[in-house]
Amino acid sequence: MHATVCDYIADLVQNSVEAGASLITLEISTLPEKIEVAVSDNGKGMNSETLRSAVDPFFTEAGKHDHRRVGLGLALLKQTAEAVNGSMKITSQPEHGTEVGFSFDRRHLDTPPPGDIALTLTGLLTFEGDYELKVIRKSLKDEYRISRSELIETLGSLEQITNIALTKDFIKAQEENLLQ
Amino acid sequence: MAKLTLDDLRKLRDEKQKAMNMRDPENKSAQIIVGMGTCGIAAGAKETFNTIIEELTARDISNVLVRQTGCMGFCHSEPTVEVIVEGMPAVIYGNVDTELARKIINRHVISRKLIDNHICDKPAMDIIR
Repeated sequence: MHATVCDYIADLVQNSVEAGASLITLEISTLPEKIEVAVSDNGKGMNSETLRSAVDPFFTEAGKHDHRRVGLGLALLKQTAEAVNGSMKITSQPEHGTEVGFSFDRRHLDTPPPGDIALTLTGLLTFEGDYELKVIRKSLKDEYRISRSELIETLGSLEQITNIALTKDFIKAQEENLLQ
Repeated sequence: MAKLTLDDLRKLRDEKQKAMNMRDPENKSAQIIVGMGTCGIAAGAKETFNTIIEELTARDISNVLVRQTGCMGFCHSEPTVEVIVEGMPAVIYGNVDTELARKIINRHVISRKLIDNHICDKPAMDIIR
Protein backbone atom coordinates (compact mmCIF):
# COMPACT_ATOMS: atom_id res chain seq x y z
CA MET A 1 0.00 0.00 0.00
CA HIS A 2 1.31 3.46 -0.87
CA ALA A 3 1.63 5.98 1.96
CA THR A 4 -0.79 8.59 0.60
CA VAL A 5 -3.59 8.90 -1.94
CA CYS A 6 -1.35 11.28 -3.87
CA ASP A 7 1.09 8.45 -4.50
CA TYR A 8 -1.62 6.52 -6.35
CA ILE A 9 -2.48 9.63 -8.33
CA ALA A 10 1.18 10.20 -9.26
CA ASP A 11 1.44 6.59 -10.33
CA LEU A 12 -1.59 6.78 -12.62
CA VAL A 13 -0.57 10.01 -14.32
CA GLN A 14 2.96 8.73 -14.79
CA ASN A 15 1.46 5.67 -16.51
CA SER A 16 -0.41 7.99 -18.87
CA VAL A 17 2.73 9.94 -19.70
CA GLU A 18 4.60 6.71 -20.39
CA ALA A 19 1.72 5.53 -22.59
CA GLY A 20 2.52 8.43 -24.90
CA ALA A 21 -0.63 10.44 -24.15
CA SER A 22 -0.81 13.97 -25.52
CA LEU A 23 -3.87 14.78 -23.42
CA ILE A 24 -4.38 13.70 -19.83
CA THR A 25 -7.30 14.74 -17.67
CA LEU A 26 -7.09 14.37 -13.92
CA GLU A 27 -10.04 14.97 -11.64
CA ILE A 28 -9.64 14.86 -7.86
CA SER A 29 -12.58 15.34 -5.52
CA THR A 30 -12.04 15.40 -1.80
CA LEU A 31 -15.37 15.01 -0.06
CA PRO A 32 -15.96 14.50 3.66
CA GLU A 33 -16.70 10.81 3.30
CA LYS A 34 -14.64 9.87 0.26
CA ILE A 35 -11.87 10.78 -2.13
CA GLU A 36 -12.59 10.25 -5.79
CA VAL A 37 -9.99 10.32 -8.52
CA ALA A 38 -10.35 9.89 -12.28
CA VAL A 39 -7.53 9.89 -14.82
CA SER A 40 -8.17 9.64 -18.52
CA ASP A 41 -5.67 9.79 -21.34
CA ASN A 42 -5.43 9.41 -25.08
CA GLY A 43 -2.33 7.23 -24.91
CA LYS A 44 -1.84 3.93 -26.63
CA GLY A 45 -4.43 2.08 -24.54
CA MET A 46 -4.66 -1.63 -23.81
CA ASN A 47 -6.54 -4.52 -25.37
CA SER A 48 -8.87 -6.58 -23.20
CA GLU A 49 -6.25 -9.21 -22.49
CA THR A 50 -3.63 -6.67 -21.38
CA LEU A 51 -6.28 -4.86 -19.38
CA ARG A 52 -7.08 -8.04 -17.45
CA SER A 53 -3.41 -8.57 -16.68
CA ALA A 54 -2.78 -4.93 -15.78
CA VAL A 55 -3.87 -5.39 -12.18
CA ASP A 56 -1.78 -8.53 -11.81
CA PRO A 57 1.32 -7.64 -9.77
CA PHE A 58 3.33 -10.18 -11.74
CA PHE A 59 2.54 -8.58 -15.07
CA THR A 60 4.12 -5.67 -16.84
CA GLU A 61 3.68 -4.68 -20.40
CA ALA A 62 6.44 -6.10 -22.57
CA GLY A 63 8.30 -3.30 -24.26
CA LYS A 64 7.68 -0.79 -21.53
CA HIS A 65 10.43 -2.40 -19.54
CA ASP A 66 12.21 -4.96 -21.71
CA HIS A 67 13.92 -7.73 -19.78
CA ARG A 68 12.34 -6.61 -16.55
CA ARG A 69 9.24 -7.57 -14.70
CA VAL A 70 8.00 -4.50 -12.93
CA GLY A 71 4.62 -2.78 -12.92
CA LEU A 72 2.98 -2.72 -9.54
CA GLY A 73 1.05 0.52 -9.81
CA LEU A 74 -2.41 -0.73 -10.74
CA ALA A 75 -2.05 -3.85 -8.61
CA LEU A 76 -1.31 -1.72 -5.56
CA LEU A 77 -4.29 0.48 -6.30
CA LYS A 78 -6.64 -2.48 -6.65
CA GLN A 79 -5.40 -3.99 -3.41
CA THR A 80 -5.90 -0.75 -1.52
CA ALA A 81 -9.32 -0.04 -3.00
CA GLU A 82 -10.47 -3.49 -1.87
CA ALA A 83 -8.95 -3.04 1.58
CA VAL A 84 -10.56 0.31 2.36
CA ASN A 85 -14.10 -0.26 1.22
CA GLY A 86 -13.44 1.64 -1.99
CA SER A 87 -13.66 0.84 -5.65
CA MET A 88 -11.61 1.09 -8.80
CA LYS A 89 -12.42 0.83 -12.48
CA ILE A 90 -10.32 0.73 -15.63
CA THR A 91 -11.53 0.93 -19.17
CA SER A 92 -9.23 1.05 -22.13
CA GLN A 93 -9.21 0.89 -25.88
CA PRO A 94 -6.12 0.25 -27.96
CA GLU A 95 -5.00 3.38 -29.83
CA HIS A 96 -7.63 5.47 -28.05
CA GLY A 97 -6.57 5.65 -24.46
CA THR A 98 -7.29 4.56 -20.94
CA GLU A 99 -9.52 5.71 -18.12
CA VAL A 100 -8.83 4.79 -14.53
CA GLY A 101 -11.04 5.84 -11.67
CA PHE A 102 -10.97 5.05 -8.01
CA SER A 103 -12.71 5.99 -4.82
CA PHE A 104 -11.54 5.48 -1.24
CA ASP A 105 -13.79 5.62 1.82
CA ARG A 106 -12.26 8.24 4.09
CA ARG A 107 -14.00 6.85 7.15
CA HIS A 108 -12.20 3.54 6.77
CA LEU A 109 -9.34 3.17 9.23
CA ASP A 110 -6.90 1.92 6.62
CA THR A 111 -7.52 4.62 4.03
CA PRO A 112 -4.25 6.44 3.43
CA PRO A 113 -4.19 10.21 4.12
CA PRO A 114 -4.61 12.44 1.05
CA GLY A 115 -0.98 13.65 1.03
CA ASP A 116 0.35 16.87 -0.41
CA ILE A 117 -1.86 17.56 -3.40
CA ALA A 118 -0.14 20.83 -4.41
CA LEU A 119 3.27 19.19 -4.45
CA THR A 120 1.96 16.16 -6.32
CA LEU A 121 0.31 18.25 -9.01
CA THR A 122 3.47 20.31 -9.38
CA GLY A 123 5.41 17.13 -9.94
CA LEU A 124 2.93 15.80 -12.47
CA LEU A 125 3.28 18.94 -14.54
CA THR A 126 7.03 18.57 -14.93
CA PHE A 127 7.48 15.18 -16.54
CA GLU A 128 9.57 15.12 -19.66
CA GLY A 129 7.63 15.40 -22.89
CA ASP A 130 5.05 17.42 -24.67
CA TYR A 131 1.72 16.57 -23.12
CA GLU A 132 -1.30 18.49 -21.93
CA LEU A 133 -2.47 17.85 -18.39
CA LYS A 134 -5.83 19.25 -17.38
CA VAL A 135 -6.57 19.20 -13.68
CA ILE A 136 -10.05 19.54 -12.24
CA ARG A 137 -9.91 19.80 -8.48
CA LYS A 138 -13.08 19.77 -6.40
CA SER A 139 -14.12 19.93 -2.80
CA LEU A 140 -17.60 20.16 -1.37
CA LYS A 141 -17.29 23.93 -1.34
CA ASP A 142 -15.54 24.94 -4.51
CA GLU A 143 -13.43 23.86 -7.45
CA TYR A 144 -10.53 25.06 -9.56
CA ARG A 145 -9.01 24.06 -12.87
CA ILE A 146 -5.50 24.36 -14.14
CA SER A 147 -3.84 23.14 -17.30
CA ARG A 148 -0.22 22.56 -18.17
CA SER A 149 -0.49 24.59 -21.36
CA GLU A 150 -1.78 27.71 -19.62
CA LEU A 151 0.94 27.45 -16.99
CA ILE A 152 3.59 27.15 -19.69
CA GLU A 153 2.03 30.07 -21.53
CA THR A 154 2.13 32.14 -18.35
CA LEU A 155 5.50 31.10 -16.96
CA GLY A 156 7.56 29.57 -19.74
CA SER A 157 9.38 26.27 -19.31
CA LEU A 158 8.16 24.18 -16.38
CA GLU A 159 11.61 22.67 -16.07
CA GLN A 160 13.14 25.91 -14.82
CA ILE A 161 13.48 25.75 -11.09
CA THR A 162 12.06 29.22 -10.49
CA ASN A 163 8.99 28.34 -12.55
CA ILE A 164 8.51 25.06 -10.72
CA ALA A 165 8.67 26.90 -7.40
CA LEU A 166 6.12 29.46 -8.65
CA THR A 167 3.84 26.66 -9.89
CA LYS A 168 3.95 25.05 -6.48
CA ASP A 169 3.08 28.32 -4.74
CA PHE A 170 0.30 28.95 -7.22
CA ILE A 171 -1.31 25.53 -6.73
CA LYS A 172 -0.82 25.78 -2.98
CA ALA A 173 -2.80 29.03 -3.00
CA GLN A 174 -5.58 27.34 -4.98
CA GLU A 175 -5.61 24.41 -2.55
CA GLU A 176 -5.75 26.68 0.50
CA ASN A 177 -8.63 28.52 -1.03
CA LEU A 178 -10.42 25.28 -1.88
CA LEU A 179 -10.08 23.69 1.53
CA GLN A 180 -10.59 26.80 3.66
CA MET B 1 -3.62 33.45 1.08
CA ALA B 2 -5.92 35.16 -1.39
CA LYS B 3 -6.71 33.25 -4.52
CA LEU B 4 -4.02 33.80 -7.13
CA THR B 5 -4.92 34.27 -10.74
CA LEU B 6 -2.77 33.51 -13.76
CA ASP B 7 -2.16 37.24 -14.13
CA ASP B 8 -0.80 37.39 -10.58
CA LEU B 9 1.40 34.47 -11.44
CA ARG B 10 2.71 36.23 -14.54
CA LYS B 11 3.58 39.29 -12.47
CA LEU B 12 5.42 37.15 -9.93
CA ARG B 13 7.34 35.51 -12.74
CA ASP B 14 8.37 38.87 -14.20
CA GLU B 15 9.60 40.07 -10.82
CA LYS B 16 11.62 36.91 -10.32
CA GLN B 17 13.07 37.13 -13.77
CA LYS B 18 14.20 40.69 -13.25
CA ALA B 19 15.94 39.77 -10.03
CA MET B 20 17.51 36.76 -11.71
CA ASN B 21 18.89 38.67 -14.67
CA MET B 22 20.51 41.21 -12.38
CA ARG B 23 22.14 38.50 -10.36
CA ASP B 24 23.69 36.07 -12.73
CA PRO B 25 24.09 36.60 -16.43
CA GLU B 26 26.34 33.57 -16.75
CA ASN B 27 24.14 30.66 -17.62
CA LYS B 28 25.94 27.43 -16.93
CA SER B 29 23.14 25.03 -16.47
CA ALA B 30 22.74 21.77 -14.64
CA GLN B 31 20.02 19.18 -14.83
CA ILE B 32 18.52 17.20 -11.99
CA ILE B 33 16.21 14.33 -12.89
CA VAL B 34 14.13 12.59 -10.25
CA GLY B 35 12.85 9.04 -10.85
CA MET B 36 9.08 8.90 -10.31
CA GLY B 37 8.10 5.35 -11.14
CA THR B 38 6.00 3.31 -8.72
CA CYS B 39 9.26 2.36 -6.98
CA GLY B 40 10.36 5.98 -6.60
CA ILE B 41 6.95 7.16 -5.42
CA ALA B 42 6.77 4.39 -2.81
CA ALA B 43 10.23 5.25 -1.51
CA GLY B 44 9.45 8.95 -1.06
CA ALA B 45 10.65 10.52 -4.31
CA LYS B 46 8.11 13.31 -3.88
CA GLU B 47 9.77 14.49 -0.69
CA THR B 48 13.11 14.33 -2.48
CA PHE B 49 11.72 16.39 -5.37
CA ASN B 50 10.31 18.91 -2.93
CA THR B 51 13.59 19.23 -1.04
CA ILE B 52 15.46 19.84 -4.28
CA ILE B 53 13.05 22.64 -5.21
CA GLU B 54 13.22 24.16 -1.74
CA GLU B 55 16.99 23.98 -1.50
CA LEU B 56 17.55 25.47 -4.94
CA THR B 57 15.02 28.21 -4.27
CA ALA B 58 16.47 28.98 -0.83
CA ARG B 59 19.92 29.31 -2.32
CA ASP B 60 18.66 31.41 -5.19
CA ILE B 61 20.02 29.04 -7.80
CA SER B 62 18.06 29.51 -10.98
CA ASN B 63 20.15 27.92 -13.71
CA VAL B 64 19.13 24.35 -12.95
CA LEU B 65 16.54 22.34 -14.81
CA VAL B 66 14.55 19.96 -12.67
CA ARG B 67 12.75 17.11 -14.38
CA GLN B 68 11.02 13.92 -13.49
CA THR B 69 11.10 10.63 -15.24
CA GLY B 70 9.89 7.06 -14.75
CA CYS B 71 11.79 4.15 -13.27
CA MET B 72 15.52 4.35 -14.03
CA GLY B 73 16.16 0.69 -13.27
CA PHE B 74 17.33 1.03 -9.69
CA CYS B 75 14.17 0.03 -7.85
CA HIS B 76 16.32 -1.36 -5.05
CA SER B 77 17.90 2.06 -4.41
CA GLU B 78 14.98 4.44 -4.72
CA PRO B 79 14.57 7.35 -4.63
CA THR B 80 17.04 7.87 -7.45
CA VAL B 81 18.22 11.20 -8.81
CA GLU B 82 20.34 11.79 -11.90
CA VAL B 83 22.57 14.86 -11.80
CA ILE B 84 24.14 16.30 -14.92
CA VAL B 85 26.49 19.21 -14.34
CA GLU B 86 28.54 20.67 -17.17
CA GLY B 87 32.11 19.39 -17.09
CA MET B 88 31.26 16.55 -14.72
CA PRO B 89 30.20 12.97 -15.42
CA ALA B 90 26.45 12.32 -15.38
CA VAL B 91 25.75 10.52 -12.12
CA ILE B 92 22.77 8.62 -10.76
CA TYR B 93 22.51 8.76 -7.00
CA GLY B 94 20.50 6.16 -5.09
CA ASN B 95 18.70 6.23 -1.75
CA VAL B 96 18.27 9.98 -2.00
CA ASP B 97 16.45 11.02 1.12
CA THR B 98 15.91 14.68 1.93
CA GLU B 99 19.29 14.97 3.63
CA LEU B 100 21.14 13.56 0.65
CA ALA B 101 19.07 15.74 -1.68
CA ARG B 102 20.40 18.80 0.13
CA LYS B 103 23.90 17.40 -0.04
CA ILE B 104 23.54 16.92 -3.79
CA ILE B 105 22.72 20.58 -4.24
CA ASN B 106 25.43 21.82 -1.92
CA ARG B 107 28.21 19.44 -2.75
CA HIS B 108 27.60 18.25 -6.30
CA VAL B 109 25.87 21.20 -7.94
CA ILE B 110 27.55 24.04 -6.02
CA SER B 111 30.96 22.65 -4.98
CA ARG B 112 31.22 20.27 -7.95
CA LYS B 113 32.27 17.25 -5.94
CA LEU B 114 30.84 13.73 -6.22
CA ILE B 115 29.22 12.18 -3.18
CA ASP B 116 30.61 8.83 -2.01
CA ASN B 117 28.56 5.71 -1.29
CA HIS B 118 25.45 6.77 -3.15
CA ILE B 119 26.47 6.49 -6.78
CA CYS B 120 24.62 3.75 -8.68
CA ASP B 121 26.52 1.80 -11.27
CA LYS B 122 25.33 -0.38 -14.16
CA PRO B 123 21.63 0.31 -14.62
CA ALA B 124 19.26 -2.35 -15.93
CA MET B 125 19.92 -3.10 -19.61
CA ASP B 126 16.66 -1.64 -20.88
CA ILE B 127 17.40 1.86 -19.78
CA ILE B 128 20.70 2.10 -21.61
CA ARG B 129 19.77 3.98 -24.72
